[in-house]
Amino acid sequence: MKVKKDNIRNFSIIAHIDHGKSTLADRLLEITNTVAKRDMQQQILDDMDLERERGITIKAHAVTLNYSLDGKDYELNLIDTPGHVDFNYEVSRSLAACEGAVLIVDSTQGIEAQTLANTYLALDHDLELVPVINKIDLPAADPDTVAKDIEEIIGLDGSSAPRVSAKTGKNVEAVLEEIINLVPCPEGDDDAPLKALVFDSVYDNYKGVIVYVRIMDGKIKPGDTMRMMATGAEFTVVEVGKMAATSLTPTKMLCAGEVGYITASIKTVRDARVGDTVTTAENPASEPLEGYKKVNPMVFCGIYPADGADYEALKEALEKLQLNDAALSFEPETSGALGFGFRCGFLGLLHLEIIQERLEREYNLDLVSTVPSVIYKIHMRNGDVLEIDNPTKYPDPAEIDFSEEPVTDAHIFSPPEYVGTIMDLCQERRGVYRGMNYISSDRVEITYDLPLNEIIYDFFDALKSRTKGYASFDYELKGYARSNLVKLDVLLNGSAVDALSFIIHSDKAYGRARKIAEKLKDNIPRQMFEIPVQIAIGGKIIARETVKALRKDVLAKCYGGDITRKKKLLEKQKEGKKRMRSFGTVEVPQEAFMAILKLDEQ
Amino acid sequence: MKGLYIHIPFCRSKCPYCDFYSLRYNEDFSKRYCGALIDEIKSGGRTRDFTKNTDFEFDTVYFGGGTPSIIGGDNISEILKAVKSCYKITADAEITAECNPSSVSFDFFRKAAEAGVNRISLGMQSAVDRERKALGRIADKEKVKEAIKNSKDNGITNISLDIMLGVPNQTIKSLDETIDFCIESGVTHISAYMLTIEENTPFYKLQKKLPLPKEEETCEMYLHTIDKLKENGIFQYEISNFAKPSFESRHNLKYWNDKEYLGLGPSAHSFIGGRRFYFSSDTEAFVNGGKAVFEDFGGDEKEYLMLRLRLTAGVDISKFKEKFGKDFPLKLKKKAILFKDKGLLNINDNNISLTPKGFLVSNIIISELLSY
Repeated sequence: MKVKKDNIRNFSIIAHIDHGKSTLADRLLEITNTVAKRDMQQQILDDMDLERERGITIKAHAVTLNYSLDGKDYELNLIDTPGHVDFNYEVSRSLAACEGAVLIVDSTQGIEAQTLANTYLALDHDLELVPVINKIDLPAADPDTVAKDIEEIIGLDGSSAPRVSAKTGKNVEAVLEEIINLVPCPEGDDDAPLKALVFDSVYDNYKGVIVYVRIMDGKIKPGDTMRMMATGAEFTVVEVGKMAATSLTPTKMLCAGEVGYITASIKTVRDARVGDTVTTAENPASEPLEGYKKVNPMVFCGIYPADGADYEALKEALEKLQLNDAALSFEPETSGALGFGFRCGFLGLLHLEIIQERLEREYNLDLVSTVPSVIYKIHMRNGDVLEIDNPTKYPDPAEIDFSEEPVTDAHIFSPPEYVGTIMDLCQERRGVYRGMNYISSDRVEITYDLPLNEIIYDFFDALKSRTKGYASFDYELKGYARSNLVKLDVLLNGSAVDALSFIIHSDKAYGRARKIAEKLKDNIPRQMFEIPVQIAIGGKIIARETVKALRKDVLAKCYGGDITRKKKLLEKQKEGKKRMRSFGTVEVPQEAFMAILKLDEQ
Repeated sequence: MKGLYIHIPFCRSKCPYCDFYSLRYNEDFSKRYCGALIDEIKSGGRTRDFTKNTDFEFDTVYFGGGTPSIIGGDNISEILKAVKSCYKITADAEITAECNPSSVSFDFFRKAAEAGVNRISLGMQSAVDRERKALGRIADKEKVKEAIKNSKDNGITNISLDIMLGVPNQTIKSLDETIDFCIESGVTHISAYMLTIEENTPFYKLQKKLPLPKEEETCEMYLHTIDKLKENGIFQYEISNFAKPSFESRHNLKYWNDKEYLGLGPSAHSFIGGRRFYFSSDTEAFVNGGKAVFEDFGGDEKEYLMLRLRLTAGVDISKFKEKFGKDFPLKLKKKAILFKDKGLLNINDNNISLTPKGFLVSNIIISELLSY
């Protein structure tokens, strides 16, 4: 029988990036004494350096806050969500574990793309929303207008929304009261078969995978045999417990309505994927909870060690990252130009950048990556359908019947004055206009169908710079559409460099080929002979530049017998060479690879 | 036999392309500095950590700068007197003073010659006044002529002129004016430096606005200079240096031959007993007794090769074997053959040397050859 657990509230915080989600979370931890003030470091839930630096949350986290109101003790489970579209699936799982969500709106910015996207996502999960107006300490704050927008655009009562400053802590207690008053308490049947939703899983060196769960029905305790319903994998539970901000507190059991963790000597997060349902082998549930889907990578690129000797180290690093990131895929690949490396799959470009940065920083690897690609569906004349994520596997065009590329449903939010600019940009990116919607007097929502391969290079950067940072953007995969694709090859000194090939819409081929040729010309240091840079489709050269031969590189003068300066200069030259990749006789620095990824930067 | 380098860190004003260490000339400070130099020559305290048990005998003395002539003939004379009283100097020693045409008079040369200076290096840079002005050089062409005459009239006939290639406004034609001037003036030695734009100079900030010749043209100028001087009996012996036979700078050759030298004064470098050391670029510190500091060990085979490859004479394989007691690196020879095919290098059974075209890209060639 379902029982109300009226001392528990499970909630998330949702917000557009930079609207203060992590800061509010910090403040809630502080005023509930979950973290002693002296242990407080900024944005405690964002425990990766990268998360703090970029101001985004990459992984979901959860923490239990204890709070008393009117003489009654409450257990408030805060489930933090990643704040980027690449991690939408994780957001959705986090929300599925809650009954309510705090919706933060920045009183200086108003409603943004992800405010709405997250709101809709929360409403999809039938969550009770608790609007909060943040950053009221700033001079530019306009809480009245924002309150009005919340009513008009989202349809929530904005007038009673707490107006807070997460930064200074002002009025933050009111948020806790609103959570208790507005968010429904969970209901569940402790005696029913176990159904627990995995909303996050993290690999720990000592405990193995820590599985974060919301118990919907039933209970679980150490010694039980847990079963993952999607995979059927079974493990013996070692420990269950609750999450404090910086540590785990074991408990005897977890019951319906509660949020907690399970450890069971699980080796990799692939065995306890986000979205799966945990039950017990002893008393299994007949049906899993709704909505598990395996997330598939959408963006692919080759990652190679700059120094071939680091291949094993790169492999180990990827394996370690994968322990904690079920969405990261990789398999060995070989490139004529770059040697041995890996074809890696990512949720999106941000995910790709994060993984690259972590490989370079945390594992101290020097990497060369190829141009990112999406998965194209190539329909062959013989009826086969190839899924191509690597330009080098592109088949002979003569055998292709037609091709398809992934298309997204993209929503852009912006002040009205940038509508023209944004439409130009979307047009350039082969967008198909779907509609425009004035959501308030100073906010427009523009909807486009945008091919994914137009987004993954630098769409977000271009959008930001052309709208002075005012526009925001959100997308989801819509499906595949027929497209006229070609493969571009880059030839240096007459030989093709496979690592630089990529697939592109034929309308874009000439323009991009010219830009790539120019970029390569500017980024390949002059060598002692002339280097032709050619871009070709099949056997046809469509763009050409020349890296002129270097005529002069000489230290003319020696000053006061300073020989050491000369020596150092020559050594520097040698060091510089180490970072180069040789393609036949041509040496290409890593920067050249990066440069062609960022063609639109002026 | 060692070389002695004496640094005079003062200039009337700083030239806009120069990133070498120098201070604005000030008579009082200059006097204190000369006193400190003489003190160091007599006591050797600042370099003692490196020169203990070293037997000094010099066959070259070189006053470099800065602008050595700015301190005047009397000071040069005092310093040389101290040198001669404290060290052995060979009878035929080459004693050079760098001079700026704007700061020398007949009197200067008379005093310098009397003190023993027998070689002058004159910072002309260009015989074209328009170019000289763009380089921030004050004296005009007539002043340069006068300086040469005064030097010769006082018996100093071994004269070197500095010229620059690739300077603002320069063309092959205007360069010819400068080269013709050098030839006609009958000097024995020419240093021709291609302008390098260094960071932290006014030229660096201005470089986009300066009417600089294209790199391609500067290369042409360099090759042209080599050819034209050769036709006139002045032969290249180092990347930037040219001389009539037997008038090569003996002091500068010590650098390229990995020979020993003692350098005194701020920012001067020394190589003694396998160790390279130097004084920091701080004149005040030198005056106050600041000591030379260790920089690096020197004299190894790669250093030797790097330096010798700057000379047209190049590297003798048999001399290398003799000096280092080992075979000449085979890998280096193999790489050298690749450069030979491109016309950048000469190679025969016993010698490897760079061609003029090779000198233009010598950084790449040398760094490539030495990565064996």
